[in-house]
Amino acid sequence: MIDVKNLSKSFENQLVLDNICEHISPGEKVVIIGPSGSGKSTFLRCLNLLETPTAGTITFEGAVITDPKVKIDQVRQQMGMVFQHFNLFPNMTIRKNITLAPVRTGLMRQEEADGLALSLLKRVDLVDKAEAYPSQLSGGQKQRIAIVRALAMKPKVMLFDEPTSALDPEMVGEVLDVMRELAQEGMTMVVVTHEMGFAREVGSRVLFMDGGHILEQNTPQEFFDHPQHPRTQLFLSKVL
Amino acid sequence: MEAFRADFAKKFTMAFLTGDRWKLYLKGMATTLELTACALIIGVVLGVLVAVVRSAHDQQRPGRRNPVLGVVNFVCKIYTTVIRGTPMLVQLLIWGMVIFKSTRNRFFVGMLGLGINSGAYVAEIVRGGLMSVDAGQSEAGRSLGLDYIDTMRYIVIPQAFKNILPSLGNEFIVLFKDTSLVSSIGAAEILYYAEAIGGKTYEFMFPLYGTALMYLIFCIVLTWLQGKLERRLRQSDRR
Repeated sequence: MIDVKNLSKSFENQLVLDNICEHISPGEKVVIIGPSGSGKSTFLRCLNLLETPTAGTITFEGAVITDPKVKIDQVRQQMGMVFQHFNLFPNMTIRKNITLAPVRTGLMRQEEADGLALSLLKRVDLVDKAEAYPSQLSGGQKQRIAIVRALAMKPKVMLFDEPTSALDPEMVGEVLDVMRELAQEGMTMVVVTHEMGFAREVGSRVLFMDGGHILEQNTPQEFFDHPQHPRTQLFLSKVL
Repeated sequence: MEAFRADFAKKFTMAFLTGDRWKLYLKGMATTLELTACALIIGVVLGVLVAVVRSAHDQQRPGRRNPVLGVVNFVCKIYTTVIRGTPMLVQLLIWGMVIFKSTRNRFFVGMLGLGINSGAYVAEIVRGGLMSVDAGQSEAGRSLGLDYIDTMRYIVIPQAFKNILPSLGNEFIVLFKDTSLVSSIGAAEILYYAEAIGGKTYEFMFPLYGTALMYLIFCIVLTWLQGKLERRLRQSDRR
């Protein structure tokens, strides 16, 4: 589904991603963990070109999206993204937050989008917030809305950039529940997170990044029980 | 005391009442307001255009730079630098006495000079407003597949507008007062009439005090309106 070849990214003179090759198949739940500054968020943001790679190619569903001629907006419509800081639009109601993109990109008409928003809100148990503004919601509620906002575009893959890192501890659970459900439905997911429990339970593959490299990857079971690389062992001994 | 009062009444009459001169002040004030409104429209249109060009240029993805945008951006940069780097009075004199020295319509010349001047300041205000909106907002819009224009139109600009309203209001009030400078190129606004009346009666105190008072009253009203609008926009945050 997503094929990354020799991806490098540098900011100014600092190399953040160093020649990364990776393949993500449909239905996979890839969890990326690693210390801060390891390049995991940058890697994720390169996948939908929020960051422009310095070198290398990214192929999504057979199209080389790093080619400047590709219409990037159309590619992004198929890739949902959830941010650490939610990034809901404060000037719109929740319903408008969810329906804006599907309507403006011509995916559906306003009435259809309203119906879809309603069913998505039901799913995350926030129907009563449809006409509220983001400032009236708690962090956990905001993030659940951000997830369904991305889902309203009916994406083929969902990218999560530390979706629970900005939440109060007691709200982490409700967001992870939504993501868990999404995983069970078979959505292809790429998740950057510090939630080791979630990685172990939901992930189908865990990548460990440090210094712009993918140092180790394995099934969650193997990865957490028998880490191979010394850096992984050190990291896990600190966080587990 | 009696003599002072008589002198006061005489000068007051001369400045405002003789030959219905008070009508001239009102006529001048009407011109001042018209000038402000016209210059404001020119300023806002120019300012928004320049601001959009400047920020669109700065936000281009590396490797996909548009050469035309580069040239337009350069022109915009020169415009803001020259206008903001020279005094308004000098600019107006250049417009009125060099570029349009034989144009009879002084109102038009003044309007153009003020509008072009204001545009440069508005551009910087709007650009600041666009930059003040968190980058995550446009990232969220773009990640949903919205194009640059829609992201600006529905997400960034409405938020930027609220942020720049105080500065824009200030710019509007500054512009209102700066219209008095166009009297120097012969546009018949309020100060022009006040000076004419003063010159005719050899008595400047009352015409100038009267003019100042009228400016002050309008400024107080404008400031009050501005505060009201801001409060209303802020309320929508807390809904």
